[in-house]
Amino acid sequence: MALPKYTEPHYRIWHYFYLLICGCVFFFLIAPLFVIFPLSFNAEEFLVFSDGMKRLDPDAFSLRWYKDMIYGTKNPWGLAARNSFIIAIFATLGSIILGTLAALGLSSRHMPYKGLIMAILISPMIVPLIISGVAIFFFMAKVGLAATHLGIILAHIILGTPFVVITVTATLSGFDHSITRAASSLGSSPYNTFMKITLPLILPGVISGGLFAFVTSFDEVVVVLFLAGLDNTTIPIQMWTGLREQLSPTILAVATCLIILSVLILLTAELLRRRSERLRGINR
Amino acid sequence: MSSETGKILTTDGIPLEESLKQAEKKNKIKAFLLVAPLLLFLIITYMIPIGDMFSRSIDDKMVTNMLPKTYKAMENWDGKELPPEEVFEAFYLDYKILVKNKTAGKLQTQLNYEKNGFKSVLKKLARKQKKFEEGNYKEQIMKVHKRWRNVEYWRAIKRRAPSYTYSKYLKGIDMYSNEDGKIVQVSEDRRIHRILWIRTVEVAFFVTLFCFLMAYPIAHLLETLPMKYSNLLMICVLLPFWTSLLVRTASWMILLQQQGIVNDFFVWTGLVADDNRPEMMYNKTGTYVAMTQILLPFMVLPLYSVMKTISPSLMRAGKSLGATPAVAFFKVYFPLTIPGIGAGCLLVFILAIGYYITPALVGGASGTLISNQIAYHMKSTLDWSFASAMGLMLLTGVLAIYWIYNKLVGVDNIKLG
Repeated sequence: MALPKYTEPHYRIWHYFYLLICGCVFFFLIAPLFVIFPLSFNAEEFLVFSDGMKRLDPDAFSLRWYKDMIYGTKNPWGLAARNSFIIAIFATLGSIILGTLAALGLSSRHMPYKGLIMAILISPMIVPLIISGVAIFFFMAKVGLAATHLGIILAHIILGTPFVVITVTATLSGFDHSITRAASSLGSSPYNTFMKITLPLILPGVISGGLFAFVTSFDEVVVVLFLAGLDNTTIPIQMWTGLREQLSPTILAVATCLIILSVLILLTAELLRRRSERLRGINR
Repeated sequence: MSSETGKILTTDGIPLEESLKQAEKKNKIKAFLLVAPLLLFLIITYMIPIGDMFSRSIDDKMVTNMLPKTYKAMENWDGKELPPEEVFEAFYLDYKILVKNKTAGKLQTQLNYEKNGFKSVLKKLARKQKKFEEGNYKEQIMKVHKRWRNVEYWRAIKRRAPSYTYSKYLKGIDMYSNEDGKIVQVSEDRRIHRILWIRTVEVAFFVTLFCFLMAYPIAHLLETLPMKYSNLLMICVLLPFWTSLLVRTASWMILLQQQGIVNDFFVWTGLVADDNRPEMMYNKTGTYVAMTQILLPFMVLPLYSVMKTISPSLMRAGKSLGATPAVAFFKVYFPLTIPGIGAGCLLVFILAIGYYITPALVGGASGTLISNQIAYHMKSTLDWSFASAMGLMLLTGVLAIYWIYNKLVGVDNIKLG
């Protein structure tokens, strides 16, 4: 956004000042993430840049903490990673199924009490997590699902469905219902219509809602802190414990892996968003 | 058309109007059935437990369960003079069981809340009652301690009777109801909860403000830049958004520690002396900095999605009509972004007011918020009813903000990405 030649000097100054502010904010947003990267290769145990690292001495860098993460003695990360993935995958599937069905119902113009029901369905997103945690813990303790995988999965379905409901409802808002009517008039069964017409069209919305649900579950710590026993420890729980007790560089190695995972998720989400916009012919 | 033309019939001979109504009803049921699984699931696993929190927060059956016979006998006692022999006998029997089961301590504490000095009287009774003879318990109990002759103590037991209480809520705002049933404040050095509430609102407010001040310029820049640049910069917003909260908190812990990079930078610029590095973590500063960075994307995204819908020709029109860029901005552009500002501020404020993880890790003692207190009572003191009461107070606050927002702007404006 080059300025036109006729711009007055004080606007020119203001413009550069504005760009400087924006630069600072972007730096503030993204820079903290890049601290973790080099420090996770630190050969020493301290969480500061050693003199060797500042000189870029190769001896100051090592894969020590990555090895510790994978092969370390009494290493909690393997179990935590497995639990995290199992819980997140099932929670995502549950959220997608329940959320998509609900979104289909909600976008029908025949739906009664739409406002109230929508409010209930997205309430887990609005209610502070700590309160959700307490309430869900009471429920799970009562039905005997505390400290079980199933209990945590159900809890994460509760927290994940609002995202699916919102993204799928948004996708359906641009949906041309005459296509499904056309399919029905040509003799297609409702199930067939859904699988062959509706689902492919709303799929980007479903998947991006699913991504939100996955990330919510994978990153969730407040509710799991209440629910988890020793066998259901997850990556966030381990990180939480580590950060509270002693900040070891192993945590930074794990954090680096998590950042790489989030880059992958971000790329997927962006691709989906573009595809969805192209499919629906929206050029915003 | 007049009604005399008769009703239009379908091929089945049913009036069209009725047939349409039936079809409508069928569609309604169909739509509802799609929503029903999730709705039921959430009601059972989420809404009812939140209601359960309420009943827990006012539940106070502990003392009533400990002294069942006493309260039964007290039903006929008017509380003006000393209670009759039956009450004494019932109390003796109830208390004997408690002493035998070694649960008398709880009763002693609870009744001591109600009337100071009850604990020692009860302890003495526990020792002496082993030698009690059958019959005439009134005399025997009154002989143990002269306070048993004071009707005030018996009234205190009776006052403790209701099986529900709002004392947990009073405790949440540092108040309690004293012996005369009046609601008074706790002594000044014990008023911790009010400080926490004020701090929580203060942190949430300033974090929202900082987020707004930082997000507005960059959302505007993202919207005005050509696609290929703005997509690149958008990653700077989205990458933190998708990154684990704990990872981001960890990075702030590294940055803000005393030997950390931020302090190194301050020393390098000469702002602070090397031996006098400021403490930036484990206090409010840490909470502010980390929470602002973590919640910033939640402000940028709604602002950006609203700004994208504003046509640039509006600003040009304003300028061509003689407005300076500043006037055009404040009169034309800014008012149009208000829905985005509202959505962003609501989102950030609601998230900030219930924040738990970041304050717990970087907040230290002076930077913890009300959520930390709730978690503390859930996990450490196990006073679940107090945790429930505080949780519901927080929830009421959040819902009130949400309701006001809905009245002012409308919730439909909330968008994700």
